[in-house]
Amino acid sequence: MMDFFNNVFSWLPELLAATPLTLILTLVAGIFGLVFGTLLALARLSNILILSVPANMFMFVMRGTPLLVQLYLIYYGLGQILPGTWVRHSVLWPYLRDGFTYAVIALSMNQAAYNGEVLRGALRSIPKGQIEASMAMGMTNLQILQRVRLPLAFRDCLPVLTSDIIILLKSTALVSTITVLELMGTARMIQRESLQIYEPLIACGLVYFAVVMVLTNIMRPVESRLTRFRKGNA
Amino acid sequence: MVIHTYIEYMGWGAGGWGDEFFFGFLMTLKISLSAYALAVIFGFFATTAKLSKNIFLRFMAVSYTTVVRALPEILMVLIVYFTVAGLAETALVKAGFVDKGFQFNPFWAAVFALAFVAGAFMAEVLRAARLAVPEGQIESATAIGMSSLQIFMRVILPQMMRHAIPGMGNLWLSITKDSAIVAVLGAFSELLYTGYRAAAATKEYVFFYGVTAVLFLLITLISIAVIQWMERHLNRGYA
Repeated sequence: MMDFFNNVFSWLPELLAATPLTLILTLVAGIFGLVFGTLLALARLSNILILSVPANMFMFVMRGTPLLVQLYLIYYGLGQILPGTWVRHSVLWPYLRDGFTYAVIALSMNQAAYNGEVLRGALRSIPKGQIEASMAMGMTNLQILQRVRLPLAFRDCLPVLTSDIIILLKSTALVSTITVLELMGTARMIQRESLQIYEPLIACGLVYFAVVMVLTNIMRPVESRLTRFRKGNA
Repeated sequence: MVIHTYIEYMGWGAGGWGDEFFFGFLMTLKISLSAYALAVIFGFFATTAKLSKNIFLRFMAVSYTTVVRALPEILMVLIVYFTVAGLAETALVKAGFVDKGFQFNPFWAAVFALAFVAGAFMAEVLRAARLAVPEGQIESATAIGMSSLQIFMRVILPQMMRHAIPGMGNLWLSITKDSAIVAVLGAFSELLYTGYRAAAATKEYVFFYGVTAVLFLLITLISIAVIQWMERHLNRGYA
């Protein structure tokens, strides 16, 4: 039993060294996801069919299929198509040989679809009076979007967006299947090399648990600060 | 790039992958349904423990839901899959029930792993639904002399299910998608592993992963229709 725990702890330094990559993946995909998610939500709510229909389809497909399938489709699929095109000889190629790039693309697209759905709901639930008041003040559409609609929508759905970030952090573990050596990938590599089945996985679980707990506790004050105008949240 | 090659790829029998995908589709449904049923049981146990007066039970249930929900699904599935299969095999061999070299059926090990993860989320859904049933209803049932079992079956369950359906529906959708994770174990041919083998054998990655995605989308579409029907059914008399 003692040996078991010693083994578990002996893998911690190696796993902690892989943690920054997990955090970078979360951060980068989180930011891309938020930006594209906002655009998707706006496209979906637009009256222009050429914007709303593709946005709707994209969100439905991304939310209706497993992330793992999307990862494989992007990683292996682009790997099949790209070498035959001009991209093969462009400056982008070195990046496109790395699993990391595909991981970021897949995670961002997936996150954008989920964030888009949340933001769409929040944008739609803004009271009509707010927008009418801004129009009466003579704001342009862009100004209304920047100063009224987006700030209200973001604050409204902030708790859901933060829990989506935690879900994203957990989803990054899936990119270990496309050769990215983040936390989960490192644990599985150790598993293969050391021939220990449980110890690297348990150690990996400890690190994930710690990261999730820390992240949850960082989010909480941010959330209550941004929603401080709400009743009972003072 | 000719259409008829793709039709050939999806053919039935030795030459095509049509039958493999068909059985993979069924396998994914089988895994998801079994894991979901088991997750409901886990969820009910965990909720009961969480709402009980016994501190030890409450502690166990809270640790279960907190830890499982904080870890990536793929990690939990790997841990539970290896642990359950490994420990159960050793125990059965030691107890003399089975011969040496016995191997646990990987299907049930994977189902158990998925259900163990989903059960933690299920517990939260069921707990919220249970708390949504007004106390007065339970007090009235006690007052007219119903037993605990009767109260649960006739008063609590019908009313809490109405609140639980949206959350349980979402969990069903996520369990069908999470079932793709067992492809990583490579132990049996569900949808994604079938797609993986087909793509690796033919080098037609875009086509076969595309087919896999479409079939998963089909499961989602059918599920959404069924969930909407159930919601209407359970909400009858409330609209």
